[in-house]
Amino acid sequence: MSVLQELAGAITSGRIRVVDLTQTLSPEFPGISLPPEMGQAWPFRIEEVSRYDERGPAWYWNNFSCGEHTGTHFDAPVHWISGKDLPNNATDSIPPERFIGPAFVVDCSKEAAKDPDFLLTKDFILKWEANHGRIAPRSWVLMRTDWSKRNDPVEYQNYDEEGQHTPGPDVEAVKFLVAERDVLGFGTESIGTDAGQAYHLRPPYPCHYYMHGAGRYGLQCLTNLDQLPLTGAVVVAAPLKIRNGSGSPLRVIALVENK
Amino acid sequence: MQRQKRKNPVLRTRLPTLPPAARSRVALGLTAAAALGRFELQQCRECGTVQYPPREACQKCLSILLDWKVQPGDGELLAQTVLHHSNDLFFRERLPWRLGLVKLDVGPTVVAHLHDSVAQRVRVRAMLDRAGQAVIVALPDKENCDMADDRQLREFTCDPKHRKIFVTDGKSRFGQEMVHSLARAGAELIWVGYAEPWKKFAGFDELEKVPQVTLVPLDVTDSKNVRELAAEIAGKVDIVVNNAEYHRSFGIANRQGVEAARAEMDVNYFGLLRLAQEFGPAMRSRGADGRSSAVAWVNLLSIYALANFPPHGTFSASKAAAHSLAQCLRAEMRPAGVRVVNVFPGPIDDEWNQLLPPPKIAPAALAKAIAGALRDGIEDVYPGDVAQEWLARWRDNPKALERELSA
Repeated sequence: MSVLQELAGAITSGRIRVVDLTQTLSPEFPGISLPPEMGQAWPFRIEEVSRYDERGPAWYWNNFSCGEHTGTHFDAPVHWISGKDLPNNATDSIPPERFIGPAFVVDCSKEAAKDPDFLLTKDFILKWEANHGRIAPRSWVLMRTDWSKRNDPVEYQNYDEEGQHTPGPDVEAVKFLVAERDVLGFGTESIGTDAGQAYHLRPPYPCHYYMHGAGRYGLQCLTNLDQLPLTGAVVVAAPLKIRNGSGSPLRVIALVENK
Repeated sequence: MQRQKRKNPVLRTRLPTLPPAARSRVALGLTAAAALGRFELQQCRECGTVQYPPREACQKCLSILLDWKVQPGDGELLAQTVLHHSNDLFFRERLPWRLGLVKLDVGPTVVAHLHDSVAQRVRVRAMLDRAGQAVIVALPDKENCDMADDRQLREFTCDPKHRKIFVTDGKSRFGQEMVHSLARAGAELIWVGYAEPWKKFAGFDELEKVPQVTLVPLDVTDSKNVRELAAEIAGKVDIVVNNAEYHRSFGIANRQGVEAARAEMDVNYFGLLRLAQEFGPAMRSRGADGRSSAVAWVNLLSIYALANFPPHGTFSASKAAAHSLAQCLRAEMRPAGVRVVNVFPGPIDDEWNQLLPPPKIAPAALAKAIAGALRDGIEDVYPGDVAQEWLARWRDNPKALERELSA
């Protein structure tokens, strides 16, 4: 039996579980906030076209609108200025084999519960590797914080007078993952791959800056990371094929083998 | 007026009826003035006679050179009567009804609806009735008569007292001043919308302290949000104050792309459309729901809706679109007797007009003007000096104003 047939059979039989890592797209799910004088991403909005009524007697459908960076979404390298001139840096030109990759889940949920500004460090990753093994090249590193369990948008966004407080990686961690672990990308449960206060890091938004500058990707607003094993899952994350798109909302799934 | 007993919710709600609405074109001159809160009568340019009712020619010298001129309204009550029977559907549901003849100091004798406590000396005003047409109302000849509680007068005004009011945006300074002003005016309940609930805004705590206030998350660009809020509260709302607004500087050349302009349209125009579609039907069904029925829909427009102000060009365009839609809403709400009040302020003293030099209307002054307009039954509100000046220039010569604003 071929590998693919074996895989398909394992999914059918339930030996391989499919875990949905995607938040539901809805108008209520919070979006990225920028200063009001800057350009703004559209929030997710949906308008009914017809629902078995005079607008269309036998069918129901909607029009929806949103920015490329809405809900659970993918960041392409062209999103950041550091990745603007790289080859194959946009949603339509990224080689499709990059949309499937192993996932290493770094559990920071306890730390994030204690400190919403928790920054994942290189040391933290090295300690994690000491327990769970070295992160393989061309893998997703997913930072589990259980942030997705904050169902109230106010809690999820976590603003105070100094701005947003959400966890993310620090500068050294990102540089390490890119240069020494050759990762495919970095994924988080909060609204961005960078921490809420990452504007104050040097450089600002280091995950965006270094990941995209090295042609790597981002995933944010992920959920159900607590249902993944720390190693061994495979993530499927294929963005919409938007011409020269900087990112896209997408359905992210993980394949998990039952032991 | 004591707070009325709550209506038994299983009782039938009476259908709205309107007072007689037919007017000749010339008689609409009285309505045009009353919409602005002015009492104007025709005055002959040749012999100076002031006349009423409006006619095509001077009743004294037959000249057709008649000008609508603001009149003082002082007069003497000649006779009064109480109507106990009427075949008109509107009045027969509101009997008894006081009417009188008032001899104005400027000449003509007019038929007037009477305030409950008028004596011999009165002052009359032209007010819009539930059909949106001007009628003449005689008030006591003193300043501080009780306007809010007079049963007949309440049929002409939209007084906030005892009313349940929905203010669509409590995040702006103006929105907050509006809420505080309505609370002071005796509103019974005030729902206050606020978008992006995760961003706490200045003034939130003060709003929460107002006993009548309930804060409700609302983004007028989200149809589902508007629909669900309407399902919850639209059947109770007597007055909507739609002040949700998106405002950015610049016209066409000084800004790249269409996103800011689209956001302006989405809030200023489509926001009104969404609110009107979801809240309109319930309010139309409650146009005659006792003494605190659905009465008014206030739109925060802009003086820029009349003529484009190029430094804020796309904002002006969105407000012109909203103005046009508000006229449609007015036509659709009129059969229910719900008045659409359009407010055309000049620049508001807020962060988006930071670089405009004064005069700018203070948010508190704007709120006061709107509360006053509801009390006085005014339909088109031009609050503040800038708005008044623009209005005068626009009425005089719209083309000249266009050139002046683009200079």
